[in-house]
Amino acid sequence: MGEAALINGVGATEDEVVETPAARATRRLLRRKGAVFGLFVIALFVALALVAPLISPYDPNLQTWSAVRKAPSALHWFGTDDVGRDVLARVIYGARASLLAGVISVAIALLVGVPLGVICGYVGGFVDALFGRITDAVLACPFLILAIALAAFLGPSLGNAMIAIGITTTPIFIRLTRAQVMAVKVEDYVEAARAVGNPHWRIALVHILPNVLPALLVQATLSIAAAIIAEASLSFLGLGQQPPAPSWGSMLNSAQRFLVNAPWMAVWPGLAIFLAVLAFNLVGDGLRDALDPRSR
Amino acid sequence: MLTFLGKRLLQLIPTLFFVSVIIFSLQQLLPGDPALVMAGEERDPEVIEQIRRQYHLDQPLPVQYVYWVKGVLSGDLGESMRIKQPVLSLIREKLPVTIQLASLAIIIALVIGVGAGIVSAVKKDSIWDYVANGFALWGISTPNFWLGIMLIFLFSVQLGWLPASGYVPISEDWRVSFASMIMPAFVLGNAIAAILMRHTRSAMLQVLESDYVRTARAKGLLERSVILKHAMRNALTPVITLGALEFGTLLSGAVLTEQIFTIPGFGKLIVDAVFNRDYAVVQGVVLVTATTYIALNLLADMAYILVNPRLRD
Repeated sequence: MGEAALINGVGATEDEVVETPAARATRRLLRRKGAVFGLFVIALFVALALVAPLISPYDPNLQTWSAVRKAPSALHWFGTDDVGRDVLARVIYGARASLLAGVISVAIALLVGVPLGVICGYVGGFVDALFGRITDAVLACPFLILAIALAAFLGPSLGNAMIAIGITTTPIFIRLTRAQVMAVKVEDYVEAARAVGNPHWRIALVHILPNVLPALLVQATLSIAAAIIAEASLSFLGLGQQPPAPSWGSMLNSAQRFLVNAPWMAVWPGLAIFLAVLAFNLVGDGLRDALDPRSR
Repeated sequence: MLTFLGKRLLQLIPTLFFVSVIIFSLQQLLPGDPALVMAGEERDPEVIEQIRRQYHLDQPLPVQYVYWVKGVLSGDLGESMRIKQPVLSLIREKLPVTIQLASLAIIIALVIGVGAGIVSAVKKDSIWDYVANGFALWGISTPNFWLGIMLIFLFSVQLGWLPASGYVPISEDWRVSFASMIMPAFVLGNAIAAILMRHTRSAMLQVLESDYVRTARAKGLLERSVILKHAMRNALTPVITLGALEFGTLLSGAVLTEQIFTIPGFGKLIVDAVFNRDYAVVQGVVLVTATTYIALNLLADMAYILVNPRLRD
C-alpha cells in the first residue's frame, strides 16, 4: 500500500490505519537525527528548568567567600564565580530565564502578529497597506538595536526584555501569516466554505488558520532560538535579567572581567546558550523539512 | 527602471513616516515625566521647566512630533545630555569606526560564506558538504559575544598573538589597526557567513541543475570553467544583494562586538547612551540605522533589477 493511499485513506483496508497529517509530520521529523538530537536537548533543558531546586547542587545565589573563582572540581563541577557562587547551579537556574524569555517573547509575537496577519491577508485593502508599512518600518530598525532601545526606555528587567523582543519579533509573524492566508484564501475549499454561507470569522478561524499553522510552527521554533540569543544579549548588556538572579547572558558579562584567572566562568554559560539555540535551530530545520510537501 | 524607482521611492514615504513615529514614540515609553528623566540628577524646577520648553514637552503629542520631525529634517537630532554635543556630530564621529569594522566583517563573511557554499554545492553529499552545513549551523547558533570572549581567551590571553581590545585608526598604523580589527571582524562576520553559505549553496544547486550548465558541460568545458564562469556568476547575484540586506544583522552584532572589544564605534555609542540615559542619542542611532537600512534595501533592489533584465519591465 503506497503512502498516497495511506494519506488519503483511499484503498486502505480495515487493518490499515489512515495516517493524520500531524502523525505523518511527527514520523518524518523523528527520522531526522539532527531534529531528534535537538528535541532531546530541549527536553533536557526544560527538565533542568522545571526541577532546578531538586537537582541543583547549591543555591545559585549563595556566595561563599572562601571559594571564590575555584576551578572545576568534584565539589564544584563547573567551578565557582567571582563571589564564590556555584557556576553549575547558576547554569541550571539560568535555563529558566532563557527558556522563559524564548517562549514568552515568541508567544507575545504570535498573539499580536497572527491575528493582525490574518486580518491583513483576509481583508486586504487599506488595513493591509497600513499594517504593511508599519511592519516595513519596524523591520527597518535592526532587531537588537530596536530591542535595546525598547528595553532602555521601558527600564531594565527580564519582563521588559521579553516585551522588547516580542515586539521586535512580531512583524515577522504578521508578514508570514499574511502571505500564508493570501495563498490559502483562494483555495477551492475556502470558496466552498464561503459559498455555503459561513461568516468571515469562521472561514478565517476554522478553514484558513489551521492551514497556516505548519509554517507558523516552523517560524516559532526558529524565533525561539533567536529570542534566546536576544535575551542573553540584553542580559549581557545589563538590560535583561537583573543581578543577582542567574541568567546565562549576565553570567558571561561578569565572566569577561575574569577571563585570565577564571575562564570556566565564561565557558559553561556560553556553551549552554549555544546548545539551547542549536537545539531549537535543529528542530526548526527538521520541522521545515518534515512539513514541506515538496519533500514527500 | 525610472518607473520602478519612482514607485519604490513613493512606497518609502509611508515607511519612513512610521519609522519616525516609532522612534518618536520611544520617548513616550519613559515612565513618569520625560522632562524629569531628561534632567537626570538635576532637580532645579527652573531647569526642568526649561527642558520642558526646549523639547516642547508642554505641547500636545502631535505638536511635539511635528517639532521633532522638523528638527530631524534639518539635521538636528537633538543634543547628548551627557557629552553636551549634537547627536549628529557624535554619530558622524563614531560611524567611520563601525564602517571599517563592518567592511572587514563583510569581506570575511563573503570569503568564508560564499566559498563554503560553492564547495558544499559542488561536492553535494560529500564530507565537505557536511562540514560546510555543520559550520553554517554553528555560525547561526553561536552567540557572537561568547565567540568574542572565547577568541580573546585563546588569541590574546593564551597565545598573546592579538590585542584583546582597543582601536587604532587605519590612518595611524594600518598593521596595528588590522591586528586590532581582525578578531572582532571575524566574530561579526561569522554569523553572516553562515547565512550566506546556506543561500549560496541553494542558489548554486539550482543553477548547477539548469539547462545552460548542462550545455556547457556537454560542450566539453572543464568542470572548473563551468563552475567559475557559468554557474557561479548567476548564482552569486542574489547572494550579493542579500549581503546588503544583512546590514541590520551586522549593526546588531556590532553593538555587542564593540562592547566586548572596547571599540569606540556606533554600537558602543548606543550602549553607553542607554546606560547614561542619554535618550536623544538612542533615538538618533535607531533613526540613522533604520534610514540606512531602508536606503540599502532600495539599492539592493535596484542592483537586482540592473543585473536581471527580465525584471526591468
